[in-house]
Amino acid sequence: MFKRLLNLQWKSFFRKASFQTELWIKILMGLGAFFVAIYLLGFGIGAYFFLDKANLGDPLRVVNKYLIYYWVIDLAFRYMLQKMPVANIKPMLYLPIKKSQIVNFTLGKTISSFFNWTHAFFFIPFSIILLMNDYPFLNVLGWHLGIMALIYANNFINILANNRDAVFYSFLAVFALLGAAQYYSWLDITLYTQPIFDAFYDLPWTAIIPWILTIGLYFAAFYYFLNRMYLDGGLAKKSVAVNTQEYDWLNRYGTLGTFLKNDIKLIRRNKRAKTAVLMSFLFLFYGLLFFTGGIEAYDNPFMKIFAGIFVTGGFMFGFGQYVPSWDSSYYPLMMSQNIQYKDYLNSKWYLVNIATVISTFLGIFYLYFGWEAYAAVLVGGVYNLGVNSYMVLWGGAYVKTPIDLTSNKKAFGDKQAFNAKTLLLTLPKLLLPIVVYTIGHFLVSPLIGYVLVALTGLLGFVFKEKAFKMIEGIYKKEKYKTLLAYKQK
Amino acid sequence: MITATNLTKTYGVNTVLNIDSLEIPKGQSFGLVGNNGAGKTTLFSALLDLIKPTTGHIVNNQIQVDQSEAWKPFTAAFIDESFLIGYLTPEEYFYFIGELRGQNRADVNAHLAQFSDFFHGEILGQKKYLRDLSKGNQKKVGIVASFIGNPEVVILDEPFANLDPTTQIRLKGIIKELAAKENVTVLVSSHDLIHVTEVCERIVVLNKGEIVKDIATSEATLKELEQFFAGEELV
Repeated sequence: MFKRLLNLQWKSFFRKASFQTELWIKILMGLGAFFVAIYLLGFGIGAYFFLDKANLGDPLRVVNKYLIYYWVIDLAFRYMLQKMPVANIKPMLYLPIKKSQIVNFTLGKTISSFFNWTHAFFFIPFSIILLMNDYPFLNVLGWHLGIMALIYANNFINILANNRDAVFYSFLAVFALLGAAQYYSWLDITLYTQPIFDAFYDLPWTAIIPWILTIGLYFAAFYYFLNRMYLDGGLAKKSVAVNTQEYDWLNRYGTLGTFLKNDIKLIRRNKRAKTAVLMSFLFLFYGLLFFTGGIEAYDNPFMKIFAGIFVTGGFMFGFGQYVPSWDSSYYPLMMSQNIQYKDYLNSKWYLVNIATVISTFLGIFYLYFGWEAYAAVLVGGVYNLGVNSYMVLWGGAYVKTPIDLTSNKKAFGDKQAFNAKTLLLTLPKLLLPIVVYTIGHFLVSPLIGYVLVALTGLLGFVFKEKAFKMIEGIYKKEKYKTLLAYKQK
Repeated sequence: MITATNLTKTYGVNTVLNIDSLEIPKGQSFGLVGNNGAGKTTLFSALLDLIKPTTGHIVNNQIQVDQSEAWKPFTAAFIDESFLIGYLTPEEYFYFIGELRGQNRADVNAHLAQFSDFFHGEILGQKKYLRDLSKGNQKKVGIVASFIGNPEVVILDEPFANLDPTTQIRLKGIIKELAAKENVTVLVSSHDLIHVTEVCERIVVLNKGEIVKDIATSEATLKELEQFFAGEELV
């Protein structure tokens, strides 16, 4: 039976409609995982020697001291990234398969997850090096197995804790506080946790305890799932009571207001869109890398323009890039309703530009790094408003990936990155302002460089009508292809 | 009102739609029947300029639909759930459509009031997003939204599917009432021969993309259709 279920899993992976294009992303993700593994491997091999050299005492004890944080961070990552294995259960429910088998299979599948075996890259070399340095075999084995059990315990804790945000975030907050407390030496939690990890080494038989714990957690997860294998139980989609919101103050802007209202709701009510906003907020701090002089390669005026573009354009690139994909799930409606392309594009243009203005204001803290830093942010903002706002809308016409608003899948990258046209469009987005600045910088002075970039941006406003006409034409030309692409989820 | 000329749609070697000429006069209630893959949805999609025909064109009220967007103000449709915005509540969705069609909130509310029977208390004030409604209730929302703003052409793809019996009967009443208005052209597709003969004055049968029957509805129509489709199965 397990074999058959595995077979299904295999087919669902290779026969997905989007498999061919997604293979790229899978390969990239694979590469990412590979690098994580390499890093861990490096730590695993290097940690012992490094700690030994640093004279912090017995390296194993030092590792044990901080292991609690490692463990908590692992749990946090799992909670945020590890997928729950409940998909594809529904069609099995009425087939002659025992429920317990389905649950065992779905739980068993998580055991082979990347989040579990990746730790081996650290712990196995570390243990081997311990042995090579004459640590007694049995003790190291006990320690190793104990930690392994705790990693698996995390796996099942994560399954049990799934989607209990309140519990999870308060747990995380407690640990953040404990971390701070340790840093300021008010309270050292590791004093209490280190003996636990030490025990696995000192008394190898105690490693049985975490295994019992993990097996207990497995059964807890098993019965938790088994009892909820009903369509109205664990398999039900959650829905929360919501209220109709009106944003009446936008009514005075006519059709523009109608669309803006919708876009605000889009952003507030969908996981994927919220992530885009969060990302754009983080971009606000991207400039710190450039203006603090922390990274040498970034510490020149040209890269500062680059930073200015990103600091103010986070939302523009994160959200605007995917216009019209945000509306992909109801694009046929938009295309057959009484909507003119111009109004539709105009509302998106206002949305990204309002966000850019806000970012430019919020970026005022860069004044702390001198007027030149904020000048870069300011002219970057103006350039975004005047030129890049068209560029993202233009590029969006070629992005034909439907967006599933309710899931965060693919929020951090997409096959559209491999689209030659969108790639080409990044040139005027990023390189042109740098070139313009460079010309001013070398011919006259840095100040004139900034002024030139700002002027280019302002010039963009003058050509709004023309730019919109052109973008409209492209959207119309791409309309049927886009509709077809959005249909294929 | 609506004319299709030389209309074909081909995907690779498959011709899914092939209509030499079809004319639907203003005010007619027009029914489209056919088995799966007969081209019903393709025809409606072409009518809404959602797919580009391989050859030929459709003219809606003197406007060629793939040349100008001027047909949009007087045409409304509900084809499938891609005509719904999942993250809006039903009210918000109605107001959104209303605003696009130049109706203020009072107009929309007045419009919705006529359908309280049809909604059966399951649509308004439910504190749910459209994506969390059942399929049948989603359909009700889409159908009623397509009536907002007094459109002259209303296109409904399979409006009876997924609805409970009571709602089906009410919907028939609504469509009949709409069709009785002189200036409203209603286009309905359905797998349910009884419903479609009841509400439409003209029925066209599509088979593999081609028009095989074009009947003015009469007492005998249902029988004729049943015979046709039964015969099809035997071949």
